[in-house]
Amino acid sequence: MPGKPRLRRGVRLTFDRTRDTHVLLFPEGVLMPNATAAAVLELCDGSSDVGEIAEKLRARFRGVRDQDVADVLARLETRRVVEWT
Amino acid sequence: MNDVTVEPPLGMLAELTHRCPLHCPYCSNPLELAAKRDELTTAEWLDVLDAARDLGVLQVHMSGGEPLLRPDLPELVTRAADLGCYVNLVTSGLGLTAARLADLVDRGLAHVQLSVQAADATRADQIAGAKAHSRKIDAAAVVREAGLPLSVNVVLHRANHDQVAALIDLAERMGADRLELANTQYYGWALRNRAALMPTPEQLAAAEPIVRAATERLRGRMEIVYVVADYYERFPKPCMYGWGARQLTVAPNGDVLPCPAASVITTLPVENVRTRPLREIWYDSVSFGAFRGEGWMRDPCRTCDRRALDYGGCRCQAFMLTGDAAATDPVCSRSPQRPVVDAILAAQPEADVPDFVMRAPTVARAEPSRTQTRAGSR
Ligand SMILES: C[S@@+](CC[C@H](N)C(=O)[O-])C[C@H]1O[C@@H](n2cnc3c(N)ncnc32)[C@H](O)[C@@H]1O
Ligand code: SF4
Ligand code: SF4
Repeated sequence: MPGKPRLRRGVRLTFDRTRDTHVLLFPEGVLMPNATAAAVLELCDGSSDVGEIAEKLRARFRGVRDQDVADVLARLETRRVVEWT
Repeated sequence: MNDVTVEPPLGMLAELTHRCPLHCPYCSNPLELAAKRDELTTAEWLDVLDAARDLGVLQVHMSGGEPLLRPDLPELVTRAADLGCYVNLVTSGLGLTAARLADLVDRGLAHVQLSVQAADATRADQIAGAKAHSRKIDAAAVVREAGLPLSVNVVLHRANHDQVAALIDLAERMGADRLELANTQYYGWALRNRAALMPTPEQLAAAEPIVRAATERLRGRMEIVYVVADYYERFPKPCMYGWGARQLTVAPNGDVLPCPAASVITTLPVENVRTRPLREIWYDSVSFGAFRGEGWMRDPCRTCDRRALDYGGCRCQAFMLTGDAAATDPVCSRSPQRPVVDAILAAQPEADVPDFVMRAPTVARAEPSRTQTRAGSR
């Protein structure tokens, strides 16, 4: 996968206290990412690549592989949540 | 229906006003347009936004009518955004100047959905019943310059269906991130103008490959969403993802509806934010409970293998076409009342398409005032 992921224009990640979960807000709807996806998304700032994101995650969670991050990002890309810079 | 677990709503369509500078004959607003004096006040809308967020609403679509006609729009955007909602402005674009948009963006506006009537000014202005097209082009540029994502929405019908390719080009030139090509849903003014609006099977067949090719060609640059003409389909649309499941609509006068068209169901005891808290309306009202889940379904929906996919279709359409809001959507090929829809399609004129009845306010008169145009006869 090329480059550095970031949230697509118009997509916002926030925490919803009503549902006690992270939510992704975008024009077409609302997605509720699971804890792993939310952790990845919080690091999608357009300046870190997959390896760097995985590295940062390893500081918080044990056993995160680069491939896990890449898989999550691929799914988020097909849902039009992230894009690559 | 006590067997249903009711989830909190995700989205609210806030119809701030029914007033509008345009007169689209396809408008889904009701024939009985709410008068300005009946509109909720600023304080009442602010309370609605608070209550909606408290209930779980995360997306607020500021719509109408033309939402830019409400001078308190900036204040309402601020509140919705401060509450943590994703705020979408659904607009005709008239009145969207760079200064007004910049202010709305500052206040937290996240997205603009701009409607367009046709691919060229002559035809577009004819359909809109006003000189509007060039101002929409300007509005799109203003949205782009503000760096906001832009969705362009086109309602398709007989008088513009042959322009699908040109409409896709126009949306590309406007810099849209997303283009919604939505065949007319027959509610409100659109139902009244159905005979003039119904596309021909030839138009639909011609549009399909064009849309498919463009969707491929533009993948990753502009997303195209094509909403099919449901009268011509075998199965109904999964309306609102189910009644009272995800969304609610607050009409200009404070009526709370499970879907924007639901005021046509005259048997529905509609609630109002002025007389009942929003939370109670969502969870406890008869109107929101009426068609939740599957308990209300009868045959053939009750036992159908598709009922979790389309929820039995649209309740408003069932009511309008069969007189019974709990009937299977008659668009469905499994509905015993499908002949009603087939008869409508069979009765479509080949030529001599009737004139449009342009949208206009109903001012305590038996008949809405009429403005005729020939745009429907193309
Ligand atoms: C009722 S309008 C109100 C906002 C604004 N006046 C506008 O037209 O964009 C909301 C959205 O519904 C679309 N719309 C209107 N009538 C429709 C119909 N009969 N079927 C499907 N969409 C419709 C419009 O194009 C617009 O995107
Ligand atoms: S669809 Fe047309 S007439 Fe209806 S509210 Fe929008 S711009 Fe106005
Ligand atoms: S019978 Fe009812 S549930 Fe089955 S496809 Fe038709 S509308 Fe949907």
